[in-house]
Amino acid sequence: MWSVLKPSDKNLRVWQVGMLVVFLGLWQLASRDQQLAFFLGEPVKVAGRVWSWFMPFGFGPSLLFPDGLPGNADIYLHLGTTLLETVLAFGIGTVLGLACGLWLALAPMASAIMDPYIKAANSMPRVILAPIFAMWFGLGIWSKVALAVTLVFFIVFFNVYQGVKEVSPVVLANARMLGANQRQLLRTVYLPSATSWVFSSLHTSVGLAFVGAVVGEYLGSARGVGYLILQAEGTFDVNTVFAGIVVLTAFALVLDGIVGRIERKLMKWQPRTGETEKL
Amino acid sequence: MTDPAENHASNYALELLDISCTFRSPGDAGPGYTAVGETTLCIRAGEFVSVVGPTGCGKSTLLNIGAGLLPPTSGTVKVFGQPLAGINTRAGYMFQTEALMPWRSAIDNVMVGLQYRGVSDAEARAQAQAWLERVGLSGFGDRYPHQLSGGMRKRTALAQVLALDPDIILMDEPFSALDIQTRQLMENEVLDLWAAKKKAVLFITHDLDEAIAMSDRVVVLSAGPATVPMGEFVIDLPRPRNVAEVRTQPRFIELHAQIWDVLRDEVLKGYAQQLRKV
Repeated sequence: MWSVLKPSDKNLRVWQVGMLVVFLGLWQLASRDQQLAFFLGEPVKVAGRVWSWFMPFGFGPSLLFPDGLPGNADIYLHLGTTLLETVLAFGIGTVLGLACGLWLALAPMASAIMDPYIKAANSMPRVILAPIFAMWFGLGIWSKVALAVTLVFFIVFFNVYQGVKEVSPVVLANARMLGANQRQLLRTVYLPSATSWVFSSLHTSVGLAFVGAVVGEYLGSARGVGYLILQAEGTFDVNTVFAGIVVLTAFALVLDGIVGRIERKLMKWQPRTGETEKL
Repeated sequence: MTDPAENHASNYALELLDISCTFRSPGDAGPGYTAVGETTLCIRAGEFVSVVGPTGCGKSTLLNIGAGLLPPTSGTVKVFGQPLAGINTRAGYMFQTEALMPWRSAIDNVMVGLQYRGVSDAEARAQAQAWLERVGLSGFGDRYPHQLSGGMRKRTALAQVLALDPDIILMDEPFSALDIQTRQLMENEVLDLWAAKKKAVLFITHDLDEAIAMSDRVVVLSAGPATVPMGEFVIDLPRPRNVAEVRTQPRFIELHAQIWDVLRDEVLKGYAQQLRKV
């Protein structure tokens, strides 16, 4: 009996799902107590909230949902806003980080002059810029985009900077011997070399773009998932807060998956661990 | 030789005249490390010259100066009679370590030099494919360097250099990382390609057998610092040669003994210096 149940490569999924089921079961059990439920929420109600957000049809009163389960399908505007902010911030931050990283890595004097300011800007807790961005850009999406850009920018910037600095000197000398001029060096050596570093940073930065967008919304907005969470918190509706967290987590995973997919496509020249030499 | 042009300076493909090269680490006020001191080395067009010497004697420094990657501290470099400024555009350089771009497939690596020169992509690809065929890699063009074996990577690098049809080929211990069989195979291939095109070759190696088997002339460098040429030997073995077979010829053994006589002391000196550094 134990030899079948013992965790192994074969029943890995079963164990992973089992963990979740046990966790949710315990949570549901704990929430039978009304006082605890006020603070912890109830998994069933969280699921019901997610259903109402996404699905256009509901159910009448049932055993699990005595008050019925409405299908409002009213999250799309908010989710779309948050995702738009995330994608915009991610795109703008990455392009800016790439451009500045390349520029400063290839211009040692400019880099030497800017060095203390870059260090200062990086060590500053940048979330506190949110009120300033709200003043500059208003409560629409651009103040959130600006906040998330500051988070994404530095991650990409430092990785590109490092990537260009660590270009193999032999590959560089070889390209020069083959007759590359400065522009060609940038296009065929520095940029591809930096790209591999950028991709390793994109997984972090897509998560941070999301953080920036949601935190921005949370601090003042009229729509977005962060706004929904803030509203729910105002009415002590802990189930909706948890539902918001679940939705955000799911979409962060989706964005990360998309980045991973693009990475696999663009970085197929990189040897992956576990890949045998195919000869 | 009786050719009157023989005496003309431009008959030399590459001339390193009274070259010296001193490295100074930044912030260090000391005299610095003189890698190469007062060296003159001339290579005729179409001549295959090997430079041998103990490890760390400045062989690669000499080659980098010839390539224009490193300006000499003093002395002049001339390429076909013209003083060299910047990168030596008439030279191809085959590096000791991996120099292929890992993000480009083999064929893209071979064609990159042609692209730099403004050759159209289709034309460059066709030429690159022809070169891959010539080095025996016709079916491997779409592989990335990490998917190729060490010998295949060296062949790709060779094709990359030769695709530009340089008049001077600089090689820095190109086969030192290969196993002995692959190495001899590659050496023979290089000799065949060289015999067909007759380019000037400056070949750096620490392997005396390789130097004698391949070259017209072997130059022995002294142990560093401030390395200088210790002796020059004309290799009068008949061509075409097979590097594996030529080693058994009595003349090869005779030359080997002569050169090794000069080289041995330098190798021991170089070894002693390395020990002292540690």
